[in-house]
Amino acid sequence: MSVSPRPPPPRSPGFLPRPGSRIPYGFAPCPSQIFEYNGSAVVAMVGKNCFAIASDRRLGVQLQTIATDFQRVFKIHDKLYIGLSGLATDAQTLYQRLVFRHKLYQLREERDMKPETFASLVSALLYEKRFGPYFCQPVIAGLGDDDVPFICTMDFIGAKELAKDFVVSGTASESLYGACESMYKPNMEPDELFETISQALSSSVDRDCLSGWGGYVLIVTPTEVREHVIKTRMD
Amino acid sequence: MGDSQYSFSLTTFSPSGKLVQIEHALTAVGSGQTSLGIKAANGVVIATEKKLPSILVDETSVQKIQALTPNIGVVYSGMGPDFRVLVRKSRKQAQQYYRLYKEHIPVTQLVRETAAVMQEFTQSGGVRPFGVSLLIAGYDDNGPQLYQVDPSGSYFSWKASAMGKNVSNAKTFLEKRYTEDMELDDAIHTAILTLKEGYEGQISSNNIEIGILRADREFKVLSPAEIKDFLEEVE
Repeated sequence: MSVSPRPPPPRSPGFLPRPGSRIPYGFAPCPSQIFEYNGSAVVAMVGKNCFAIASDRRLGVQLQTIATDFQRVFKIHDKLYIGLSGLATDAQTLYQRLVFRHKLYQLREERDMKPETFASLVSALLYEKRFGPYFCQPVIAGLGDDDVPFICTMDFIGAKELAKDFVVSGTASESLYGACESMYKPNMEPDELFETISQALSSSVDRDCLSGWGGYVLIVTPTEVREHVIKTRMD
Repeated sequence: MGDSQYSFSLTTFSPSGKLVQIEHALTAVGSGQTSLGIKAANGVVIATEKKLPSILVDETSVQKIQALTPNIGVVYSGMGPDFRVLVRKSRKQAQQYYRLYKEHIPVTQLVRETAAVMQEFTQSGGVRPFGVSLLIAGYDDNGPQLYQVDPSGSYFSWKASAMGKNVSNAKTFLEKRYTEDMELDDAIHTAILTLKEGYEGQISSNNIEIGILRADREFKVLSPAEIKDFLEEVE
C-alpha cells in the first residue's frame, strides 16, 4: 500500500461528477484503493509486562476529512484490545461481530478469551469471508497467562503474523515500520513505552496525508489502563 | 429428516409429564454391561465389563472405551452402535472447536455439546433417543473431571459413578470406598474391585477394559498386560 495518494486515474465514461460534487476523483473505490478510502494508522508495541496500542483519529472519505475523533482501537475485555485499520465500515462491523462472539464465549466458558485464542478466532472469521472479505487489517494486543504481553497482526484474509516487539497496519504502515524499528527498545517501562509509541505514531502519520488529526494511545499494564489523546499535525 | 409422514417427534409427553421414550432408553441402558468411573486427586479412571457373546469373538477388535480428544475419554452402557455415532459426532465437535480457537476444547464444553446432540434426538422428527449413557472423563486446566450424560441430554459431574446392570450395588460399593484425596492407582484398584463385585464369572485382563488419565493429561486405554498387573495387585 502506498503512503502518498496516486494521481487521479483516467475517468471511466460511466460516471461523471456533477458540477460542485465533492468527490475529488469522481469514482467509487476500486479494489486496490479500498484500503485507502478512509485512511488509518494502527500500531502496537510490547513493553515490560505491559503493552501499548495506538491509532490515529482521522476518518476521511478519500481526500475529505469527515471526523477527527474516530475510534479504531476497541476493547474486548480488560486485558485484550483490537485495533482495526482499513475500511471504517468493515472495522465497525467486524468489531461488533467479535464482541458478540466473545460475549457468548464468556457466558459459555465462564472466562475471558486468551489473546492467542482471540487471534485464532479473528483469523478464522476473516478467512470465512475469503471471497468477499472484510477490508480490515486487525492489530491485536493483550496480556495473556501470567500477564505476558501478546501482540499480533494479520492481513485482511486472516494470515496471522506474531511479533515480539511491534506490529503496524494502515495507510501509514511503511512509515510506521521505519519509525518503530528505529525507536523501539525491548523491556520498556510503561512511561517510556508511551513516549516511544506516541513519537512513532505522530512522526509516521505526519508523513501520510490520509491519517492523522491526533492520536489515541492506550497503555495497558496488569493493574491499570491509561488512555491518552496526543496531538499531531492537525492536517 | 426421513419420510414426511414421520416428520413429527416420536418422543412425546405422557399425561403424567414423563417422556416415555426416554424412560425406555434408560431401561436399555440399565440392561447394558456395567461401566463405572472414579475421579481421583491426580487423575480419572473409567472401566467397563467386556463380556463378549462367544469365545470365538476376537476381543482385541472390540473397543468399548474410546478417546474423544488426546485428553478426554469416554465409556458407555447400553447400545454399542449408538455409542459409535455419538463418539463420531463428539470428535468432530472437538476438532471444530480446535480449528476455530486453536485451543483444545475444555471438558465441560465437549460434555455440553454432546449432551445437546442427545437432547436434539428427543425433540426432532423421525428419530429416537440414543440408547446409551456416557461417562466422559477428562483432564484440562480445571483439573480431572468425570461427567455422566444420559439419553435425555442431562449431564452431571460425579466424583464416582456407575451405570448399567449392576448400578445400585456398584454405587453402594463406591460410596463406601471413595475418599476425596484418593490417588489414581488406588482409584484403579477400587474400580477393579467394584467391577469384580458384580461380575458373573471370572474377571480377567481380557474381559474388562480400563481407561486412565494421569496428570500428564494423555488419555490411555490400558493394554491387557497392564490390566493384568493391576489385577494381580488387587488379588
